[in-house]
Amino acid sequence: MNMEMVKTLIIIIMSSVLVDNYVLSRFLGICPFLGVSKKVNQSVGMGVSVIFVMLVATAVTWPIQAYILNPLKMGYMQTIVFILVIAALVQFIEIFLKKFIPALHKSLGVYLPLITTNCAVLGVTINNITDYGVEDSNAFLFSMVSSLGCGLGFLFAMVLFSGMRSRIEESDVPESFKGLPVTLVAASFISMAFFGFAGIVENLLA
Amino acid sequence: MEILTALLVVAAVGLLAGILLAVASHFFAVPENETAKKVRECLPGANCGACGFAGCDSYAEAVAEGKAEANLCIPGGPDVAGQLSDVLGVEVSVGPAKVAYVNCSGDCSANAQKVAYDGVQSCKAAAMLYGGPFSCKFGCIGLGDCVAECPVGAISVKDDLARIDPKICIACGKCVKTCPKGVISLVGEDVVVAVTCSNKEKGAVARKHCMNACLGCKKCEKTCQHDAIKVVDNLAVIDYDKCEDCGECAKVCPTGRLKIVDMKNGVIG
Repeated sequence: MNMEMVKTLIIIIMSSVLVDNYVLSRFLGICPFLGVSKKVNQSVGMGVSVIFVMLVATAVTWPIQAYILNPLKMGYMQTIVFILVIAALVQFIEIFLKKFIPALHKSLGVYLPLITTNCAVLGVTINNITDYGVEDSNAFLFSMVSSLGCGLGFLFAMVLFSGMRSRIEESDVPESFKGLPVTLVAASFISMAFFGFAGIVENLLA
Repeated sequence: MEILTALLVVAAVGLLAGILLAVASHFFAVPENETAKKVRECLPGANCGACGFAGCDSYAEAVAEGKAEANLCIPGGPDVAGQLSDVLGVEVSVGPAKVAYVNCSGDCSANAQKVAYDGVQSCKAAAMLYGGPFSCKFGCIGLGDCVAECPVGAISVKDDLARIDPKICIACGKCVKTCPKGVISLVGEDVVVAVTCSNKEKGAVARKHCMNACLGCKKCEKTCQHDAIKVVDNLAVIDYDKCEDCGECAKVCPTGRLKIVDMKNGVIG
């Protein structure tokens, strides 16, 4: 693998973590972002599970697109087939982990059903195909690296936000803003901050 | 024609996924612990944590694996312990049922406020500021941390003093742990006399801080025929193992800090 390739991969990861962060810039996966971010350790568990599922989902959906849907000219069925496959896959992984790696199942177990049809996971698989296609010889590698980056970005956003939330819990919030309202306002602030990253990644390694 | 291919492909993918899952759930099935299931069915399911485990589920697992005693469920009491002994086939012993009791009677008429506290409305926060807003630094602060903690709503705060309804209390002990002043304790449901003060200062000082303070005069200690009541650190302490429920100490207490109680009927003095 040459230098140019490594550079491209680093840029893919950095841009999917910072610039095109799935939660904070593309607004996908907001449900777990708000739901499971109350405590730092929970958000880490969720984030790691999402990385795992994104990687496995991309590894399975990319061949489906390349070898089943595209030859049959059925690109328009992408969404439905992907949902079906991802849902079944996550269930299978859960059963598999329960049997063979109980320790991992205990730590990921509660989060796996939550991710079954998470829009961030579906978004990653579909965006990978739109962004990198299936013809290019490096497309599969790019897709996998991009999924890893998106998962890391999700984890990053979750941990960042759970830290922020624990500060909010301790502060004196006006009665009408208590609970979800102040959480959403805080989320929008983080999101705005992330727009500041736009444009820096292209010149990161220049 | 095109729609037929689409249908067939989706159906095939769905069928494959279904078969895969069915096969997986059959071959990778993990046998669930039957005993744990049965134990869980006996437990009340309040998930109060009084047993020291994360919830009824994890306690049931621990019991089934023999890692925990079967008599730890406090809300369940003798009933649940009896059912568990049937399930496990072993003898399970339990003490008398317990209730939580507030060892303080410093309501706002008796306990002088030394500062007007206007901070975060939580006992924990208030206690960190010079030991709380009241002049007695041992007593109930009355901002209701225990009320928020109680899973069954047995606690209410009236006149800055927490009160626990023993008929609702399940003795999970959460209020005991959360109270920053430690004025709540678990006592047997059948006790007759309770101490309603936690002040460990000397008589005159205690009295100056709260009209309803135990003076540590030792009258109860001298009266008790059973050696059950002792004054430790200027505060009467009852040893319920020795107490014979005669109630004589309550009759002689000059400040009325020893109260005759009847927990089962909700009389808390």
